[in-house]
Amino acid sequence: MSEANILPTASPAEADVERPLRRLVRMYAESRVALFGLALLLVVILAALFAPWLAPQNPYDLMQLDMLDGRLPPGSASGDGRLTYLLGTDEQGRDMLSAILYGLRISVGVGVVATLMALAIGMALGLAAGYFGGRFDAILMRIADIQLSFPSILVAMILLALFGQGIDKIVIALVAAQWAYYARTTRSAALVEGRKEYIEAARLLGLSTPRILFRHLLPNCLPPLIVVAALQVAAAIALEATLSFLGLGLPVTEPSLGLLIANGFQYLYSGRYWISVFPGVALLLLILAINLVADQLRDVLNPRLQSQ
Amino acid sequence: MSAQQPIQAAALQQAPVNTPGSEPATGPLLELRSIRKTFGAQPDWLERLGQRLGWLQPAATVQALDGVSLSIARGEVVGLVGESGCGKSTLGRIAVGLHAPSSGQRLWRGTDLDALPEAERRRVGLGIQMIFQDPYASLNPRLRVRDLLAEAPRVHGLIDRPQQADFVAALLRQVGLDPAVADRFPHQFSGGQRARVGIARALAVKPEFLVCDEAVAALDVSIQAQVLNLFMRLREELGLTYLFISHDLGVVRHLSDRVAIMYLGRIVESAPTAEIFSRPAHPYTQGLLAEAPTLKVEKKRFLAIRGELPSPLAPPRGCHFHPRCPHAFERCREEVPMLGEVAPGHVSACHLHAIGVEASSVSEG
Ligand SMILES: Nc1ncnc2c1ncn2[C@@H]1O[C@H](COP(=O)(O)OP(=O)(O)O)[C@@H](O)[C@H]1O
Ligand code: SF4
Ligand SMILES: [Mg+2]
Repeated sequence: MSEANILPTASPAEADVERPLRRLVRMYAESRVALFGLALLLVVILAALFAPWLAPQNPYDLMQLDMLDGRLPPGSASGDGRLTYLLGTDEQGRDMLSAILYGLRISVGVGVVATLMALAIGMALGLAAGYFGGRFDAILMRIADIQLSFPSILVAMILLALFGQGIDKIVIALVAAQWAYYARTTRSAALVEGRKEYIEAARLLGLSTPRILFRHLLPNCLPPLIVVAALQVAAAIALEATLSFLGLGLPVTEPSLGLLIANGFQYLYSGRYWISVFPGVALLLLILAINLVADQLRDVLNPRLQSQ
Repeated sequence: MSAQQPIQAAALQQAPVNTPGSEPATGPLLELRSIRKTFGAQPDWLERLGQRLGWLQPAATVQALDGVSLSIARGEVVGLVGESGCGKSTLGRIAVGLHAPSSGQRLWRGTDLDALPEAERRRVGLGIQMIFQDPYASLNPRLRVRDLLAEAPRVHGLIDRPQQADFVAALLRQVGLDPAVADRFPHQFSGGQRARVGIARALAVKPEFLVCDEAVAALDVSIQAQVLNLFMRLREELGLTYLFISHDLGVVRHLSDRVAIMYLGRIVESAPTAEIFSRPAHPYTQGLLAEAPTLKVEKKRFLAIRGELPSPLAPPRGCHFHPRCPHAFERCREEVPMLGEVAPGHVSACHLHAIGVEASSVSEG
């Protein structure tokens, strides 16, 4: 038994401490700025989720708006004295705070849904391209190259011009503008991981191709994808805001942040800054928070740092 | 030996896979026949068009294997030795079915594996497993040891859910690990322990034949000996057959029944282990022995090998070894030497044998 090398029995607690997820959490928490970003993001997301309960007014319900309260500065009381417009009102007498909360809801919702759809499509295509290679890979990557050589805003604008407006159309435009990032990222990760011996071992063990792809290959390709997805949520939100600002995005009756900014733009020079600036600040904070979180995720999920 | 654990005996009993048809009692378990493997060859129609129009350079081709034949009997351990880049891994990967040969046949108990229907080939293929070189890259970092070991047997219906814990524990014990580590992830192990997990994973599907490709090369020397001992013990306990690949003659010496020496895509000598070390016939084998200071070669001194392994992109004509061979003569540059018997069970591919000169006698000085 000279070769016997039985490990001293590990206590369950000891084995737990090293769990990859916990290690990631610990590494993430090492940065104050990243924690601040996460807290900010949580606040913004909760505000967006609970907008109907938090907002003093339903900004989409024209019955609740009073034209006489139009363009009031922040802190003004409403004509009927029932509420205070903390962030002022727009030209239709809409409470800006309520409009921003509802606008956040649309911006975050559109950004997240579009990202998840683009992620699912790009991931599946990229995984297959990286694992199987060959003609499919070559053609798919040429399409992605061509698409990525155009600015996403242009791709989205062309599609919106073709399809018309609407929340579903803008989601489709965002997905079309962004799937290629995920396809590329997944493909390059799958190329690297797919060459590793654990994939060969899985093949030798007679596991089915879907099982190898989704249970063995995909989980190991996720870290770079998570980072790209986090950054792309911010990009999708900014893109949607830009399109709405340009009047190509969502209908005026349900303004997202971009449309709110655009609506207030004409009043900026007459000193009624709040109509444009507060939605702008909200958008900025949202994108800042996402970027802070994504940056730290990139560091934490970096495999070179991970092995330490 | 530790045959006292009843669970181990029950769960890991080597159930010989009964292949349909007659199995020749003395025939080889695995036979590779004139295997050739060219990398980067077959351009598809698009690339051919590109080349025709002069837009694309024809891809360089690497002749990794140039007509290699090797047969391995049941229970035998064959060591495959050669410099890095000579094609050992390619041959190992073809043996297990990870690569398809460009030409040549792969016979398992006399049946052509690649002529079998897909489902049948998968089933038979389970009997042929590989132990990989890199103890880090060869284990999926996202799976716990329990799942690494039990996934394939579960998928193939070899065990069911209630048996899983016992099965995993028995496997771990068999490779010398504490069953309590079943909940751990690969990164919580040392290199030697990971190598054991890799071996356990291969054993989980009850293979008969293991290709070990540089299975200990990445380990510390002290750990190497332990893992080699484990391989020997498993061979005894489970009646395994090995193709043991290494660039190091010393590693295969104690383990192998027979050693095959490879040079640039060809097997140049093959003999029982003792014979290779006491009476190496091929100048390349003699050179390898001269380079290994830890191996005592009795009363003979051979010239060490000069120079580098030539590029497999442009292999030399004739005997691949001639640019480095101290005995090379005219014929070596023109004609490929064939493997010929120099003693019972001992073959070597060198023109010196044909003209009756013993290579070693020339090398005094
Ligand atoms: N997948 C591959 N594609 C192209 N060339 C390869 C591939 N695998 C191996 N080769 C080439 O084949 C030759 C033999 O390689 P290999 O079998 O890995 O040698 P060894 O294991 O003896 O070091 C080398 O020249 C190597 O570059
Ligand atoms: S055939 Fe010629 S070159 Fe090749 S090993 Fe023999 S003597 Fe050397
Ligand atoms: Mg190798």
